[in-house]
Amino acid sequence: MDDSISLVLFSGTDDRLQAAAVMTAGAAALGKTVHIFLQYWALDAFRADRIGLDHGLAPEAGPAGAAAVAAAAKAGQASWADTLRQAKDLGGVDIQACSLSMDVLHIEPSDLDPLVDGAEGVTAFYLNAGDSPIIFI
Amino acid sequence: MTTLEIAQRVDAKGLSCPMPIVKTAQAMKALTTGQLLEVLATDPGSVKDFEAWAKSTGNPVVESGAEAGVYRFVLQHK
Repeated sequence: MDDSISLVLFSGTDDRLQAAAVMTAGAAALGKTVHIFLQYWALDAFRADRIGLDHGLAPEAGPAGAAAVAAAAKAGQASWADTLRQAKDLGGVDIQACSLSMDVLHIEPSDLDPLVDGAEGVTAFYLNAGDSPIIFI
Repeated sequence: MTTLEIAQRVDAKGLSCPMPIVKTAQAMKALTTGQLLEVLATDPGSVKDFEAWAKSTGNPVVESGAEAGVYRFVLQHK
């Protein structure tokens, strides 16, 4: 199968990153190519020294939602970073940092977790995305 | 229960979506045409997911069942 999907990740909370990781891993398991573009708070969450920290949840989670997410993690649900690592092991997953967000947040390539393959501008992202559907999370 | 010759087994019990499928895709890469992969999973979504994965990738489910909350799939490398 030669089709692909593209994800633009903006939010840096653990629940939204988990949703993005699930979408990525599922697509990779089907043999799809996945282009991921990291902007702002999602990019910040990929800092090597912060990737394993608690990044909180979207505001709509509330206390009950937070408890449910915490219970799933305790029961052994893979973290979003681990899910992405396994997706990358399958191949076809390319993760690029938005170069503007790198500038705004004063992030150097060496600050980022090895999950991130490089940095690019939005034009390169669109070129690589081609006609694939683009999902913004 | 089966007389099929299983080349590889994946125990995905307790793993949540999409990990059973991710582990399956990883394991299938190591097999060759005609070889069989057995997967055990407890994720309730796995029944539809394995059908969809098999259809999409062309590696058919040749046997499936459920016992005591554990789903079992045997897939054949295309």
